[in-house]
Amino acid sequence: MDVIIEAFPDILQAFWLNIRLALYSGVLALVLGTLLAAFRVSPVPLLRLIGTVWVNTIRNTPLTLVITFMLFGLSYQLGVTFSDTISENVFWLAVVGLGVYTAAFVCEVLRAGINTVDVGQSEAARSLGFTFTQNLRLVILPQAFRAVIAPLGSTFIALIKNTTIAVVIGVTTAEGINESSGLMRTLIEFNGDQTILIFAVFALGFVIITLPIGLLTSWAAKRLGGVR
Amino acid sequence: MELRGVQKWYGDLHVLQDIDLSVAQGEVVVVIGPSGSGKSTLCRTINRLEPVDEGTILIDGAPLPQEGKALARHRADVGMVFQSFNLFAHKTILDNVTLGPIKVRKMAKADAEKRAHELLDRVGVGHQAAKYPAQLSGGQQQRVAIARSLAMDPKVMLFDEPTSALDPEMIKEVLDVMVDLAERGMTMIVVTHEMGFARTAANRVVFMADGRIVESADPESFFTNPQSDRARDFLGKILKH
Ligand SMILES: Nc1ncnc2c1ncn2[C@@H]1O[C@H](COP(=O)(O)OP(=O)(O)O)[C@@H](O)[C@H]1O
Ligand SMILES: [Mg+2]
Repeated sequence: MDVIIEAFPDILQAFWLNIRLALYSGVLALVLGTLLAAFRVSPVPLLRLIGTVWVNTIRNTPLTLVITFMLFGLSYQLGVTFSDTISENVFWLAVVGLGVYTAAFVCEVLRAGINTVDVGQSEAARSLGFTFTQNLRLVILPQAFRAVIAPLGSTFIALIKNTTIAVVIGVTTAEGINESSGLMRTLIEFNGDQTILIFAVFALGFVIITLPIGLLTSWAAKRLGGVR
Repeated sequence: MELRGVQKWYGDLHVLQDIDLSVAQGEVVVVIGPSGSGKSTLCRTINRLEPVDEGTILIDGAPLPQEGKALARHRADVGMVFQSFNLFAHKTILDNVTLGPIKVRKMAKADAEKRAHELLDRVGVGHQAAKYPAQLSGGQQQRVAIARSLAMDPKVMLFDEPTSALDPEMIKEVLDVMVDLAERGMTMIVVTHEMGFARTAANRVVFMADGRIVESADPESFFTNPQSDRARDFLGKILKH
Protein backbone atom coordinates (compact mmCIF):
# COMPACT_ATOMS: atom_id res chain seq x y z
CA MET A 1 0.00 0.00 0.00
CA ASP A 2 2.90 2.37 0.76
CA VAL A 3 3.97 2.18 -2.86
CA ILE A 4 0.62 3.55 -3.94
CA ILE A 5 0.49 6.31 -1.34
CA GLU A 6 3.99 7.41 -2.16
CA ALA A 7 3.39 7.36 -5.90
CA PHE A 8 -0.10 8.83 -5.65
CA PRO A 9 0.73 12.34 -6.90
CA ASP A 10 2.60 10.78 -9.82
CA ILE A 11 -0.33 8.49 -10.55
CA LEU A 12 -2.72 11.42 -10.64
CA GLN A 13 -0.43 13.32 -12.97
CA ALA A 14 -0.02 10.25 -15.16
CA PHE A 15 -3.76 9.87 -15.54
CA TRP A 16 -4.08 13.56 -16.20
CA LEU A 17 -1.69 13.08 -19.10
CA ASN A 18 -3.88 10.28 -20.49
CA ILE A 19 -6.93 12.50 -20.13
CA ARG A 20 -5.23 15.34 -21.98
CA LEU A 21 -4.18 12.99 -24.76
CA ALA A 22 -7.75 11.72 -24.99
CA LEU A 23 -9.27 15.21 -25.00
CA TYR A 24 -7.08 16.63 -27.75
CA SER A 25 -7.18 13.54 -29.92
CA GLY A 26 -10.91 13.18 -29.22
CA VAL A 27 -11.61 16.65 -30.58
CA LEU A 28 -9.39 15.94 -33.59
CA ALA A 29 -11.10 12.59 -34.18
CA LEU A 30 -14.55 14.17 -33.99
CA VAL A 31 -13.69 16.91 -36.49
CA LEU A 32 -11.82 14.60 -38.88
CA GLY A 33 -14.35 11.79 -38.47
CA THR A 34 -17.25 14.12 -39.29
CA LEU A 35 -15.38 15.41 -42.33
CA LEU A 36 -14.67 11.83 -43.47
CA ALA A 37 -18.31 10.84 -43.00
CA ALA A 38 -19.28 13.86 -45.12
CA PHE A 39 -16.77 12.69 -47.75
CA ARG A 40 -18.22 9.20 -47.74
CA VAL A 41 -21.79 10.36 -48.42
CA SER A 42 -20.78 13.19 -50.75
CA PRO A 43 -21.99 13.30 -54.37
CA VAL A 44 -18.37 13.86 -55.51
CA PRO A 45 -16.79 10.49 -56.40
CA LEU A 46 -13.22 11.62 -55.61
CA LEU A 47 -14.19 12.65 -52.06
CA ARG A 48 -16.03 9.35 -51.56
CA LEU A 49 -12.89 7.51 -52.68
CA ILE A 50 -10.66 9.47 -50.27
CA GLY A 51 -13.05 8.71 -47.42
CA THR A 52 -13.26 5.02 -48.24
CA VAL A 53 -9.51 4.56 -48.65
CA TRP A 54 -8.72 6.43 -45.42
CA VAL A 55 -11.23 4.52 -43.34
CA ASN A 56 -10.33 1.11 -44.69
CA THR A 57 -6.59 1.66 -44.43
CA ILE A 58 -6.68 2.98 -40.90
CA ARG A 59 -9.22 0.50 -39.57
CA ASN A 60 -7.07 -2.38 -40.73
CA THR A 61 -3.83 -1.02 -39.29
CA PRO A 62 -2.90 -1.79 -35.67
CA LEU A 63 -2.86 1.35 -33.53
CA THR A 64 0.68 0.61 -32.36
CA LEU A 65 1.80 0.80 -35.96
CA VAL A 66 0.05 4.12 -36.52
CA ILE A 67 1.58 5.60 -33.38
CA THR A 68 5.05 4.30 -34.22
CA PHE A 69 4.70 5.70 -37.72
CA MET A 70 3.94 9.11 -36.22
CA LEU A 71 7.33 9.24 -34.54
CA PHE A 72 9.55 7.48 -37.04
CA GLY A 73 7.76 8.25 -40.28
CA LEU A 74 6.13 11.58 -39.75
CA SER A 75 8.62 13.14 -37.36
CA TYR A 76 12.04 11.64 -38.11
CA GLN A 77 11.68 10.92 -41.80
CA LEU A 78 9.32 13.66 -42.98
CA GLY A 79 10.51 16.19 -40.42
CA VAL A 80 7.07 17.18 -39.12
CA THR A 81 7.49 18.72 -35.68
CA PHE A 82 4.97 20.39 -33.44
CA SER A 83 7.32 21.77 -30.80
CA ASP A 84 11.01 22.27 -30.08
CA THR A 85 10.66 20.52 -26.75
CA ILE A 86 11.01 16.81 -27.42
CA SER A 87 8.39 15.73 -24.90
CA GLU A 88 5.90 18.28 -26.24
CA ASN A 89 6.58 17.17 -29.77
CA VAL A 90 6.03 13.53 -28.91
CA PHE A 91 2.82 14.44 -27.09
CA TRP A 92 1.37 16.14 -30.17
CA LEU A 93 2.54 13.35 -32.46
CA ALA A 94 0.61 10.95 -30.25
CA VAL A 95 -2.43 13.24 -30.38
CA VAL A 96 -2.34 13.25 -34.18
CA GLY A 97 -1.84 9.48 -34.34
CA LEU A 98 -4.69 8.76 -31.94
CA GLY A 99 -6.89 11.36 -33.63
CA VAL A 100 -6.31 10.07 -37.14
CA TYR A 101 -6.88 6.50 -35.99
CA THR A 102 -10.04 7.21 -33.98
CA ALA A 103 -11.43 9.41 -36.78
CA ALA A 104 -11.92 6.32 -38.93
CA PHE A 105 -14.13 4.81 -36.22
CA VAL A 106 -16.02 8.05 -35.59
CA CYS A 107 -16.65 8.19 -39.35
CA GLU A 108 -18.15 4.72 -39.48
CA VAL A 109 -20.31 5.31 -36.40
CA LEU A 110 -21.58 8.56 -37.90
CA ARG A 111 -22.22 6.97 -41.25
CA ALA A 112 -24.39 4.38 -39.53
CA GLY A 113 -26.17 7.30 -37.86
CA ILE A 114 -26.71 9.04 -41.19
CA ASN A 115 -28.32 5.86 -42.50
CA THR A 116 -30.88 5.93 -39.68
CA VAL A 117 -32.08 9.40 -40.73
CA ASP A 118 -35.19 9.08 -42.89
CA VAL A 119 -34.51 9.93 -46.57
CA GLY A 120 -37.57 12.19 -46.43
CA GLN A 121 -35.59 14.58 -44.20
CA SER A 122 -32.96 15.03 -46.84
CA GLU A 123 -35.52 15.29 -49.64
CA ALA A 124 -37.39 18.01 -47.77
CA ALA A 125 -34.12 19.89 -47.29
CA ARG A 126 -33.20 19.55 -50.94
CA SER A 127 -36.63 20.65 -52.06
CA LEU A 128 -36.23 23.82 -49.98
CA GLY A 129 -33.09 24.62 -51.94
CA PHE A 130 -30.45 23.60 -49.40
CA THR A 131 -27.07 22.78 -50.88
CA PHE A 132 -25.50 19.42 -50.05
CA THR A 133 -23.37 21.00 -47.31
CA GLN A 134 -26.30 22.86 -45.77
CA ASN A 135 -28.39 19.72 -45.88
CA LEU A 136 -25.68 17.75 -44.10
CA ARG A 137 -24.86 20.44 -41.55
CA LEU A 138 -28.39 21.60 -40.70
CA VAL A 139 -30.56 18.54 -41.16
CA ILE A 140 -28.76 15.22 -41.45
CA LEU A 141 -25.75 15.41 -39.12
CA PRO A 142 -27.62 16.87 -36.12
CA GLN A 143 -30.03 13.94 -36.31
CA ALA A 144 -27.29 11.42 -37.06
CA PHE A 145 -25.32 12.56 -33.98
CA ARG A 146 -28.37 12.15 -31.76
CA ALA A 147 -28.82 8.63 -33.04
CA VAL A 148 -25.24 7.58 -32.27
CA ILE A 149 -24.46 9.23 -28.93
CA ALA A 150 -24.06 5.86 -27.21
CA PRO A 151 -21.74 4.27 -29.80
CA LEU A 152 -19.76 7.53 -30.00
CA GLY A 153 -19.36 7.29 -26.22
CA SER A 154 -17.97 3.77 -26.66
CA THR A 155 -15.56 5.03 -29.31
CA PHE A 156 -14.37 7.71 -26.94
CA ILE A 157 -13.95 5.20 -24.11
CA ALA A 158 -11.86 3.05 -26.45
CA LEU A 159 -9.79 6.14 -27.23
CA ILE A 160 -9.13 6.78 -23.54
CA LYS A 161 -7.90 3.22 -23.16
CA ASN A 162 -5.89 3.55 -26.36
CA THR A 163 -4.01 6.56 -24.97
CA THR A 164 -1.88 4.00 -23.12
CA ILE A 165 -0.44 2.98 -26.49
CA ALA A 166 1.23 6.39 -26.56
CA VAL A 167 3.78 4.84 -24.22
CA VAL A 168 5.16 3.14 -27.33
CA ILE A 169 6.69 6.38 -28.49
CA GLY A 170 7.48 7.48 -24.95
CA VAL A 171 4.99 10.23 -24.22
CA THR A 172 6.09 12.13 -21.16
CA THR A 173 5.33 15.59 -19.92
CA ALA A 174 7.96 18.29 -19.81
CA GLU A 175 8.54 17.39 -16.16
CA GLY A 176 9.27 13.80 -17.08
CA ILE A 177 5.97 12.31 -15.93
CA ASN A 178 5.01 9.02 -17.54
CA GLU A 179 1.56 8.44 -18.92
CA SER A 180 -0.30 5.91 -16.78
CA SER A 181 0.67 2.58 -18.35
CA GLY A 182 4.28 3.73 -18.50
CA LEU A 183 4.20 4.69 -14.84
CA MET A 184 2.53 1.40 -13.97
CA ARG A 185 5.32 -0.49 -15.68
CA THR A 186 7.97 1.51 -13.81
CA LEU A 187 6.24 0.98 -10.47
CA ILE A 188 5.92 -2.76 -11.09
CA GLU A 189 9.55 -2.98 -12.11
CA PHE A 190 10.63 -1.63 -8.75
CA ASN A 191 7.92 -3.31 -6.65
CA GLY A 192 7.48 -6.71 -8.26
CA ASP A 193 5.88 -8.20 -5.14
CA GLN A 194 2.99 -5.72 -5.37
CA THR A 195 2.16 -6.27 -9.04
CA ILE A 196 -1.48 -7.18 -8.47
CA LEU A 197 -2.18 -4.20 -6.23
CA ILE A 198 -0.51 -1.77 -8.60
CA PHE A 199 -2.36 -3.25 -11.54
CA ALA A 200 -5.67 -3.02 -9.69
CA VAL A 201 -5.12 0.64 -8.85
CA PHE A 202 -4.44 1.56 -12.46
CA ALA A 203 -7.35 -0.50 -13.75
CA LEU A 204 -9.58 1.25 -11.19
CA GLY A 205 -8.25 4.58 -12.43
CA PHE A 206 -9.47 3.81 -15.94
CA VAL A 207 -12.83 2.63 -14.67
CA ILE A 208 -13.22 5.90 -12.75
CA ILE A 209 -12.54 7.89 -15.92
CA THR A 210 -14.54 5.85 -18.40
CA LEU A 211 -17.57 4.80 -16.36
CA PRO A 212 -19.11 8.29 -16.11
CA ILE A 213 -18.70 8.70 -19.89
CA GLY A 214 -20.61 5.49 -20.50
CA LEU A 215 -23.36 6.47 -18.06
CA LEU A 216 -23.58 10.03 -19.37
CA THR A 217 -23.78 9.00 -23.02
CA SER A 218 -26.44 6.33 -22.42
CA TRP A 219 -28.44 8.89 -20.45
CA ALA A 220 -28.04 11.49 -23.22
CA ALA A 221 -28.87 8.91 -25.87
CA LYS A 222 -32.16 8.15 -24.10
CA ARG A 223 -33.04 11.81 -23.68
CA LEU A 224 -32.00 13.21 -27.06
CA GLY A 225 -32.48 10.06 -29.12
CA GLY A 226 -36.19 10.33 -28.36
CA VAL A 227 -36.60 13.69 -30.07
CA ARG A 228 -36.76 12.41 -33.62
CA MET B 1 -44.33 25.86 -66.24
CA GLU B 2 -43.89 23.37 -69.00
CA LEU B 3 -42.71 19.80 -69.58
CA ARG B 4 -41.77 18.83 -73.14
CA GLY B 5 -41.22 15.26 -74.25
CA VAL B 6 -40.00 14.12 -70.83
CA GLN B 7 -38.77 10.53 -70.65
CA LYS B 8 -37.48 8.70 -67.63
CA TRP B 9 -36.39 5.14 -67.03
CA TYR B 10 -35.62 3.25 -63.84
CA GLY B 11 -33.48 0.52 -65.37
CA ASP B 12 -35.82 -1.22 -67.81
CA LEU B 13 -38.91 0.44 -66.39
CA HIS B 14 -40.10 3.34 -68.53
CA VAL B 15 -41.69 5.38 -65.68
CA LEU B 16 -42.35 8.59 -67.59
CA GLN B 17 -43.24 8.21 -71.25
CA ASP B 18 -43.26 11.25 -73.45
CA ILE B 19 -44.81 13.62 -70.94
CA ASP B 20 -46.04 16.97 -72.29
CA LEU B 21 -47.69 19.17 -69.75
CA SER B 22 -47.95 22.88 -69.38
CA VAL B 23 -49.35 24.65 -66.37
CA ALA B 24 -50.23 28.33 -66.57
CA GLN B 25 -49.56 30.75 -63.77
CA GLY B 26 -52.26 30.46 -61.12
CA GLU B 27 -53.54 27.21 -62.58
CA VAL B 28 -54.34 24.25 -60.33
CA VAL B 29 -53.78 20.85 -61.91
CA VAL B 30 -54.83 17.66 -60.18
CA VAL B 31 -52.98 14.51 -61.21
CA ILE B 32 -54.71 11.20 -60.58
CA GLY B 33 -54.05 7.66 -61.63
CA PRO B 34 -53.42 4.18 -60.32
CA SER B 35 -50.57 3.45 -57.94
CA GLY B 36 -47.27 3.01 -59.76
CA SER B 37 -48.35 5.10 -62.74
CA GLY B 38 -45.51 7.61 -62.22
CA LYS B 39 -47.28 10.47 -60.41
CA SER B 40 -44.67 10.82 -57.66
CA THR B 41 -41.87 10.52 -60.18
CA LEU B 42 -43.46 13.33 -62.20
CA CYS B 43 -43.46 15.63 -59.14
CA ARG B 44 -39.92 14.66 -58.26
CA THR B 45 -38.60 15.45 -61.72
CA ILE B 46 -40.23 18.89 -61.70
CA ASN B 47 -38.39 19.64 -58.47
CA ARG B 48 -35.34 17.92 -59.96
CA LEU B 49 -35.13 15.52 -57.00
CA GLU B 50 -34.82 13.02 -59.87
CA PRO B 51 -33.11 13.83 -63.18
CA VAL B 52 -34.94 13.13 -66.44
CA ASP B 53 -33.35 11.11 -69.23
CA GLU B 54 -34.82 13.05 -72.13
CA GLY B 55 -36.92 16.13 -72.70
CA THR B 56 -36.96 19.52 -71.03
CA ILE B 57 -38.70 21.11 -68.11
CA LEU B 58 -39.13 24.88 -68.21
CA ILE B 59 -40.05 27.11 -65.31
CA ASP B 60 -40.86 30.70 -66.26
CA GLY B 61 -39.47 29.87 -69.71
CA ALA B 62 -36.05 28.83 -68.40
CA PRO B 63 -34.87 25.20 -68.42
CA LEU B 64 -34.02 23.44 -65.15
CA PRO B 65 -30.40 23.80 -64.14
CA GLN B 66 -28.46 20.56 -64.00
CA GLU B 67 -26.62 20.92 -60.70
CA GLY B 68 -24.97 23.06 -58.05
CA LYS B 69 -26.10 26.43 -56.76
CA ALA B 70 -28.43 27.14 -59.68
CA LEU B 71 -30.25 23.88 -59.07
CA ALA B 72 -30.60 24.64 -55.36
CA ARG B 73 -32.04 28.04 -56.27
CA HIS B 74 -34.51 26.40 -58.63
CA ARG B 75 -35.66 24.00 -55.93
CA ALA B 76 -36.22 26.93 -53.60
CA ASP B 77 -38.66 28.34 -56.17
CA VAL B 78 -40.62 25.10 -56.38
CA GLY B 79 -42.37 24.14 -53.16
CA MET B 80 -42.94 20.48 -52.41
CA VAL B 81 -45.31 18.90 -49.92
CA PHE B 82 -44.79 15.20 -49.26
CA GLN B 83 -47.16 12.44 -48.30
CA SER B 84 -45.12 11.80 -45.14
CA PHE B 85 -44.78 15.53 -44.19
CA ASN B 86 -40.99 15.25 -43.68
CA LEU B 87 -40.79 18.05 -41.15
CA PHE B 88 -37.29 18.37 -39.68
CA ALA B 89 -37.64 16.17 -36.62
CA HIS B 90 -34.96 17.90 -34.54
CA LYS B 91 -36.30 21.42 -35.09
CA THR B 92 -39.25 23.21 -33.56
CA ILE B 93 -42.23 24.08 -35.73
CA LEU B 94 -41.05 27.69 -35.90
CA ASP B 95 -37.50 26.66 -36.87
CA ASN B 96 -38.89 24.33 -39.53
CA VAL B 97 -40.55 27.30 -41.17
CA THR B 98 -37.69 29.80 -40.74
CA LEU B 99 -34.74 27.57 -41.66
CA GLY B 100 -35.19 27.82 -45.44
CA PRO B 101 -35.77 31.58 -45.58
CA ILE B 102 -32.78 32.24 -43.29
CA LYS B 103 -30.31 29.81 -44.86
CA VAL B 104 -31.39 29.83 -48.48
CA ARG B 105 -33.03 33.22 -48.95
CA LYS B 106 -30.62 34.91 -46.48
CA MET B 107 -33.54 36.60 -44.76
CA ALA B 108 -32.93 38.26 -41.39
CA LYS B 109 -33.96 36.04 -38.49
CA ALA B 110 -36.49 38.51 -37.09
CA ASP B 111 -38.17 38.96 -40.48
CA ALA B 112 -38.25 35.21 -41.08
CA GLU B 113 -39.86 34.62 -37.69
CA LYS B 114 -42.44 37.31 -38.22
CA ARG B 115 -43.40 35.79 -41.56
CA ALA B 116 -43.36 32.27 -40.10
CA HIS B 117 -45.81 33.28 -37.37
CA GLU B 118 -48.11 34.82 -39.98
CA LEU B 119 -48.01 31.66 -42.09
CA LEU B 120 -48.49 29.35 -39.12
CA ASP B 121 -51.50 31.43 -38.05
CA ARG B 122 -52.84 31.25 -41.57
CA VAL B 123 -52.71 27.44 -41.61
CA GLY B 124 -54.13 27.33 -38.08
CA VAL B 125 -51.18 26.06 -36.04
CA GLY B 126 -49.86 29.39 -34.73
CA HIS B 127 -50.06 28.32 -31.10
CA GLN B 128 -47.87 25.24 -31.74
CA ALA B 129 -44.79 27.17 -32.87
CA ALA B 130 -42.56 26.10 -29.97
CA LYS B 131 -43.36 22.39 -30.20
CA TYR B 132 -41.54 19.64 -32.09
CA PRO B 133 -43.10 17.86 -35.09
CA ALA B 134 -43.61 14.59 -33.17
CA GLN B 135 -45.87 16.43 -30.71
CA LEU B 136 -48.33 17.40 -33.46
CA SER B 137 -51.06 15.40 -35.18
CA GLY B 138 -50.56 14.37 -38.80
CA GLY B 139 -52.96 17.01 -40.04
CA GLN B 140 -51.15 19.71 -38.08
CA GLN B 141 -47.77 18.50 -39.33
CA GLN B 142 -48.93 18.61 -42.93
CA ARG B 143 -50.22 22.16 -42.48
CA VAL B 144 -46.84 23.14 -41.04
CA ALA B 145 -45.18 21.52 -44.06
CA ILE B 146 -47.34 23.69 -46.31
CA ALA B 147 -46.36 26.78 -44.30
CA ARG B 148 -42.70 25.76 -44.58
CA SER B 149 -42.99 25.63 -48.36
CA LEU B 150 -44.90 28.89 -48.52
CA ALA B 151 -42.23 30.66 -46.50
CA MET B 152 -39.93 30.33 -49.51
CA ASP B 153 -42.40 32.26 -51.72
CA PRO B 154 -42.42 29.53 -54.35
CA LYS B 155 -43.56 30.09 -57.91
CA VAL B 156 -45.15 26.65 -58.10
CA MET B 157 -46.19 24.18 -55.42
CA LEU B 158 -46.20 20.43 -55.82
CA PHE B 159 -48.28 18.22 -53.55
CA ASP B 160 -47.66 14.47 -53.64
CA GLU B 161 -50.67 12.78 -52.05
CA PRO B 162 -50.68 15.26 -49.16
CA THR B 163 -53.64 13.65 -47.40
CA SER B 164 -52.99 9.95 -48.03
CA ALA B 165 -51.21 9.40 -44.73
CA LEU B 166 -53.89 11.18 -42.70
CA ASP B 167 -56.80 9.95 -40.64
CA PRO B 168 -60.13 10.88 -42.27
CA GLU B 169 -60.97 13.58 -39.73
CA MET B 170 -57.73 15.43 -40.53
CA ILE B 171 -58.02 15.36 -44.29
CA LYS B 172 -60.44 18.27 -44.44
CA GLU B 173 -58.25 20.65 -42.41
CA VAL B 174 -55.41 20.13 -44.87
CA LEU B 175 -57.62 20.35 -47.96
CA ASP B 176 -59.13 23.60 -46.65
CA VAL B 177 -55.66 25.15 -46.50
CA MET B 178 -54.99 23.95 -50.04
CA VAL B 179 -58.27 25.32 -51.37
CA ASP B 180 -57.45 28.64 -49.75
CA LEU B 181 -54.05 28.60 -51.45
CA ALA B 182 -55.63 27.86 -54.81
CA GLU B 183 -58.06 30.74 -54.34
CA ARG B 184 -55.14 33.06 -53.63
CA GLY B 185 -53.76 32.28 -57.07
CA MET B 186 -50.95 29.83 -56.28
CA THR B 187 -49.83 27.66 -59.21
CA MET B 188 -50.30 24.11 -57.99
CA ILE B 189 -49.79 20.55 -59.15
CA VAL B 190 -51.59 18.21 -56.81
CA VAL B 191 -51.42 14.44 -56.86
CA THR B 192 -54.54 13.36 -55.00
CA HIS B 193 -57.56 11.10 -55.19
CA GLU B 194 -59.70 13.59 -53.28
CA MET B 195 -62.36 14.29 -55.88
CA GLY B 196 -63.99 16.94 -53.73
CA PHE B 197 -60.79 18.95 -53.87
CA ALA B 198 -60.43 18.39 -57.61
CA ARG B 199 -64.00 19.61 -58.18
CA THR B 200 -63.74 22.73 -56.01
CA ALA B 201 -60.20 23.86 -56.64
CA ALA B 202 -58.79 22.33 -59.82
CA ASN B 203 -58.83 23.95 -63.24
CA ARG B 204 -57.81 20.70 -64.84
CA VAL B 205 -57.49 17.01 -64.09
CA VAL B 206 -54.69 14.98 -65.62
CA PHE B 207 -55.08 11.22 -65.61
CA MET B 208 -51.91 9.11 -65.68
CA ALA B 209 -51.50 5.41 -66.30
CA ASP B 210 -48.33 3.39 -66.96
CA GLY B 211 -46.14 6.47 -67.16
CA ARG B 212 -48.30 8.28 -69.71
CA ILE B 213 -50.73 11.13 -69.54
CA VAL B 214 -53.85 9.42 -70.84
CA GLU B 215 -56.37 12.18 -70.37
CA SER B 216 -56.44 15.85 -69.52
CA ALA B 217 -59.74 17.64 -69.01
CA ASP B 218 -61.63 20.01 -66.75
CA PRO B 219 -62.75 18.25 -63.54
CA GLU B 220 -66.45 18.17 -64.35
CA SER B 221 -66.10 16.52 -67.74
CA PHE B 222 -63.41 14.16 -66.53
CA PHE B 223 -65.42 12.81 -63.61
CA THR B 224 -68.77 12.68 -65.41
CA ASN B 225 -67.58 11.66 -68.84
CA PRO B 226 -64.09 10.13 -68.97
CA GLN B 227 -62.92 9.42 -72.52
CA SER B 228 -60.55 6.47 -72.03
CA ASP B 229 -61.29 2.97 -70.80
CA ARG B 230 -58.41 3.22 -68.33
CA ALA B 231 -59.91 6.31 -66.75
CA ARG B 232 -63.43 4.83 -66.64
CA ASP B 233 -62.08 1.68 -65.07
CA PHE B 234 -60.05 3.65 -62.52
CA LEU B 235 -62.91 5.96 -61.58
CA GLY B 236 -65.20 2.97 -61.21
CA LYS B 237 -62.80 1.53 -58.66
CA ILE B 238 -62.31 4.63 -56.54
CA LEU B 239 -65.98 5.62 -56.65
CA LYS B 240 -67.00 2.33 -55.05
CA HIS B 241 -65.26 3.42 -51.83
N1 LIG C 1 -36.09 5.02 -57.07
C1 LIG C 1 -36.75 4.11 -57.84
N2 LIG C 1 -36.05 3.09 -58.40
C2 LIG C 1 -36.68 2.18 -59.17
N3 LIG C 1 -38.00 2.19 -59.45
C3 LIG C 1 -38.74 3.18 -58.92
C4 LIG C 1 -38.15 4.19 -58.08
N4 LIG C 1 -39.13 5.05 -57.69
C5 LIG C 1 -40.27 4.57 -58.26
N5 LIG C 1 -40.05 3.47 -58.99
C6 LIG C 1 -41.05 2.74 -59.78
O1 LIG C 1 -41.56 3.63 -60.74
C7 LIG C 1 -42.94 3.43 -60.90
C8 LIG C 1 -43.68 4.73 -60.69
O2 LIG C 1 -43.60 5.08 -59.31
P1 LIG C 1 -44.28 6.36 -58.69
O3 LIG C 1 -43.89 7.55 -59.48
O4 LIG C 1 -43.97 6.38 -57.25
O5 LIG C 1 -45.82 6.07 -58.94
P2 LIG C 1 -47.10 6.66 -58.21
O6 LIG C 1 -46.67 7.83 -57.41
O7 LIG C 1 -48.01 7.00 -59.33
O8 LIG C 1 -47.66 5.57 -57.36
C9 LIG C 1 -43.34 2.33 -59.95
O9 LIG C 1 -43.42 1.12 -60.66
C10 LIG C 1 -42.23 2.29 -58.95
O10 LIG C 1 -42.05 0.99 -58.44
MG1 LIG D 1 -46.82 8.15 -55.33
